[in-house]
Amino acid sequence: MEYGLDLEYSFNEFLKGFGLSSEIAHIIWLPLPMLLVLVAAVVGVLVTVWLERKISAAAQQRIGPEYAGALGVLQPIADGLKLLVKEDIIPAKADGILFTAGPILVLVPVILSWLIVPFGQNLLISNVGIGIFLWIALSSIQPIGLLMSGYASNNKYSLLGGLRAAAQSISYEIPLALSVLAIVLMTNSLSTIDIVNQQSGAGILSWNIWRQPVGFIVFWICALAECERLPFDLPEAEEELVAGYQTEYAGMKFALFYLGSYINLILSALLVSILYLGGWGFPIPVELIAKFLNLPINSPFIQVFTASIGIVMTVLKAYLLVFIAILLRWTTPRVRIDQLLDLGWKFLLPISLANLLITAGLKLAFPQFFGG
Amino acid sequence: MSIAITTQIICFTVLSLVILIGALGVVLLESIVYSAFLLGGVFMSVAGLYLLLNASFVAAAQVLVYVGAVNVLIIFAIMLVNKKEDLKPINDIKSRRIISTSICLTLLSLLIRVDLTNIWSLSSPQNSIGEESTIRIGEHLFSDYLLPFEVASVLLLMAMIGAIVLARRDVMSKDISTGLPVDQELIEKSSEPLLTNKN
Repeated sequence: MEYGLDLEYSFNEFLKGFGLSSEIAHIIWLPLPMLLVLVAAVVGVLVTVWLERKISAAAQQRIGPEYAGALGVLQPIADGLKLLVKEDIIPAKADGILFTAGPILVLVPVILSWLIVPFGQNLLISNVGIGIFLWIALSSIQPIGLLMSGYASNNKYSLLGGLRAAAQSISYEIPLALSVLAIVLMTNSLSTIDIVNQQSGAGILSWNIWRQPVGFIVFWICALAECERLPFDLPEAEEELVAGYQTEYAGMKFALFYLGSYINLILSALLVSILYLGGWGFPIPVELIAKFLNLPINSPFIQVFTASIGIVMTVLKAYLLVFIAILLRWTTPRVRIDQLLDLGWKFLLPISLANLLITAGLKLAFPQFFGG
Repeated sequence: MSIAITTQIICFTVLSLVILIGALGVVLLESIVYSAFLLGGVFMSVAGLYLLLNASFVAAAQVLVYVGAVNVLIIFAIMLVNKKEDLKPINDIKSRRIISTSICLTLLSLLIRVDLTNIWSLSSPQNSIGEESTIRIGEHLFSDYLLPFEVASVLLLMAMIGAIVLARRDVMSKDISTGLPVDQELIEKSSEPLLTNKN
């Protein structure tokens, strides 16, 4: 299965052609994929913000942004510019250091998690062995940043919002990790590349969603709760808590929270598509297309086709899920805090445990379908 | 490989400094909230050290367990009970300090002894397993370290049951901290669901 473009190798060979040593070529190469992914994440946020405005407008029978560019596509950029030039305020009684460190601690783990998102066989920053476990570990840092900003704001709404965010994030992390564990059990690997490759056998039929329907739903609910999206946006519930831990924030620090929440939403959508919807896989396997076109699997045309269709499929699946998340946000009411914790501890946790147990049993009974 | 080694040395120096200064801050700072957040920083830097040793699974587990669970719970507890009150002066503070210092120094000498007597270098570079360590840790946990693993889980279960008993005061007739009889009515009231009468 080791086919596909290896851009790093070609780039290093290209630089070596100018007489550079392989070490220096590697150092020049290193920041490129990181910058590319960072730009992709920010552009993804701009697109999502525009989608959110347009879809919410449609759900409420409004027009939405219209004058900034065609169909208002430039509206998110205008929003971003507005946040950039706003005054940066630290409230007089707030704790300056923690107030500044909070938003950074919220944003950095989310961006770091993009390390493991694959857009193709070799199209990811680093194929680390612990793969998906890295994301689970990194996402557990976020509540510290939320608690920090909630405490440092010196405001009762902020503190309550921070505490709610931490409680919510801790409760939903466990079913999330358990449903990922069921996938890992089927794949025999934590690496995201292996997880996608394991689903690429027969196109759409071999996607994990058919083998893990319960896990898929549990994971999606937990991912929404981790992103603090409605119906689980209790930490910033406007009617009760003003804006939760974000109440005292303005300007660029608020923009960091804003960016963080949208990058997290896109990341969750990407991970759902990787874990359950076949990642970069096309619904029809590429081998069949190559056979149909009478081309060998290693020919340059098929390789470029595979790489580009991989990126398109990953982004398409992720944005389909983002669309569902936006629709959910604008059509469902918010749950109460006791309902939220009940759902997490008394419903999702037992269900995901049972799912893990059944997956293990099925793996022993039918090793050819559930990964031997 | 000179650039890689230099990077490793720089990372190691920075991480060690952060761990040492952070740990001193945890102990010496007056504000308990700062101590708790610094503790998180120390845990993160220890995870960084594990990463430098090619133990990425242990590093991620360190972040997940110590930063994501232990430290968050510590901060959570501090924020729920953070009353602005002055600490009471203790009478025999000097003798307590002497005792705790001597205990810490004994532990330190024990660690130094382990450091000096243990053979740290691997017999051959082939013995380092790197990315394979996840599988190796799993194999050991379910074969020769199975008993300690199960005992640890029983210990955690006991702690959890204890926490539930302490939190659910209705299983006790007396309040643990004050010794007064528990107000059963208050418990009944709080467990009644909202919106029951409004149909």
